[in-house]
Amino acid sequence: MRPHALARLVLLPTIVLTVVGVYGSILWTLNISFTFSEMLPVNEYVGLAQYTELLRQDRWQVAYTNLFLFGGFYILFCLGAGLILAIALDQDIRGRSVLQTILLYPIALSFIVTGLAWRWLLNPTTGLQDFVRQLGFEDFAFDWLSNPDMAIFTLVIAGVWHSSGLMMVIIFAGLQSVDREIWRAGQVDGIPKWQMYRSVVLPMLFPVLVTCLVLLSMNVVRSYDLVVAMTGGGPGYSTDVPAKFIVDFLFNRANIGRASAAAILLLLTVIAIMGLAALLRRQEPRT
Amino acid sequence: MTATRRAARIGLYSFLILSAAFFAIPMLIIVLTSLKTADEVRAGSIFELPSAPGLAAYAKAWSEACIGRSCTGIGTNFWNSVIITLLSTSISLLLSSLNGFALALWGLRRAGWVLGLLLIGAFIPYQVMIYPLVRMFAMGGMHNTLGSIVTVHVLFGLPILTLIFHNFYLSLPPELLKAARVDGAGFFQIFGLIILPMSVNVLLVAAILSVTGVWNDYLLGLIFAGPKFQPMTVSLNGLVGTQFGVPEYNVNMAATLLTALPPLLLYLLAGKYFVRGVTAGAVKG
Repeated sequence: MRPHALARLVLLPTIVLTVVGVYGSILWTLNISFTFSEMLPVNEYVGLAQYTELLRQDRWQVAYTNLFLFGGFYILFCLGAGLILAIALDQDIRGRSVLQTILLYPIALSFIVTGLAWRWLLNPTTGLQDFVRQLGFEDFAFDWLSNPDMAIFTLVIAGVWHSSGLMMVIIFAGLQSVDREIWRAGQVDGIPKWQMYRSVVLPMLFPVLVTCLVLLSMNVVRSYDLVVAMTGGGPGYSTDVPAKFIVDFLFNRANIGRASAAAILLLLTVIAIMGLAALLRRQEPRT
Repeated sequence: MTATRRAARIGLYSFLILSAAFFAIPMLIIVLTSLKTADEVRAGSIFELPSAPGLAAYAKAWSEACIGRSCTGIGTNFWNSVIITLLSTSISLLLSSLNGFALALWGLRRAGWVLGLLLIGAFIPYQVMIYPLVRMFAMGGMHNTLGSIVTVHVLFGLPILTLIFHNFYLSLPPELLKAARVDGAGFFQIFGLIILPMSVNVLLVAAILSVTGVWNDYLLGLIFAGPKFQPMTVSLNGLVGTQFGVPEYNVNMAATLLTALPPLLLYLLAGKYFVRGVTAGAVKG
């Protein structure tokens, strides 16, 4: 067989797998979302009824709001912490590689492990609150995990702990790639270092920051494991997220029509995020 | 060094050390808790050192702890995870390195199109695809088997791994391929004799990325592996969620650490490749 034909043949399993497994599945889910399917898919089409019902559902509203509440704070703090840590490490720090190892290791852990560790740490009766009270501050309260209004922020803490090291490493690599001549020119002109970062270096890192944004957004959209391990969506369904809503409705509540509609809305959200990222990339400031 | 500069340095190092503490403390507490006895955990605070550190909690987590009603620990699930990870990673690496080679160096028409098809798929949340995949596996009679969990891991791992190999092979000098072809070498000969020996580093990066991803997965294992091949992350969450009588936090933390250990060791031993792997997607965006 000619080598070019072989090259094409080699790609075949991947293409078939992807077309059927990914794109076929998306179309199938789209189809189910227009039907009145419960345990199994049925061909009883109801138009957009699943979507209108879904949007009216309180649990979905909470879950979808949480996506942005959790996502907003998670992205903000991850980027902020990553940026500050990367700039700090950029100052000829002694022991940099040891520090970097400590700051980055959470990225090797699964969100399940991350969630369980923080659940243990933030558990009011055994964790941090208990520790501070034993120190003598008897009125100290840190019970966010069991407080429906605050539980969502415990997810933010754990998520930031898990991911900001990665942001630091990516941004640090960007900082290292900045031409030394630029720094020297700034020194010659007597521009303070912080101002160099603000008005010269950071704008140059804009594409890197957009990439970070995309990576973090993907983590937010996929956040299922962390929620399951840490709060189980509770108290009540106060920390529910779309990813968990969908799995629950697919496999525990036997309402695959509703779940599929939710999945399609999540997919549309992803497409919107990607569109936004593409727009941001185009607006890249010229350097 | 002026006084202000010295103050700035001290501030900088204090900030970094405090940050390092914030990142290190949860792991420290997992380790401390796992070395205590259940009574000691309940009596003392989380930062107290164990009075008589012991590995009893680990033994219990491995072979006796209850997950739901079965009290056989997470040892068998460890081996399930090992099998799933090894199979998924080797199949993924084989396919993705061949894909990258074919897409990067053979000037195929629509190669960019195929890569795009793959990469767009990588951004789609699993939740959009899991139900139809479950139905497809059920139709093929392989629902809840080793085959189905490995297939989904390969399916979802292929895009990023193919991209890594593709980008690496693009950076090779094109003369290499031309010379080999003039000498009459075929597709697999060139791949096996010339390309693979040059790919050791990129293979390591891809392998670490794949192993970490598969090992740390929870959702796919929960839905596709079935009870017989339940991976460690799923059983760990089950173990911690199982509440019969008094919760044994020391056993929970031992099980957590055991589950975290393989990727953690990989990170500590092969940090350089690890970092390159997790940032590989970021570089190209």
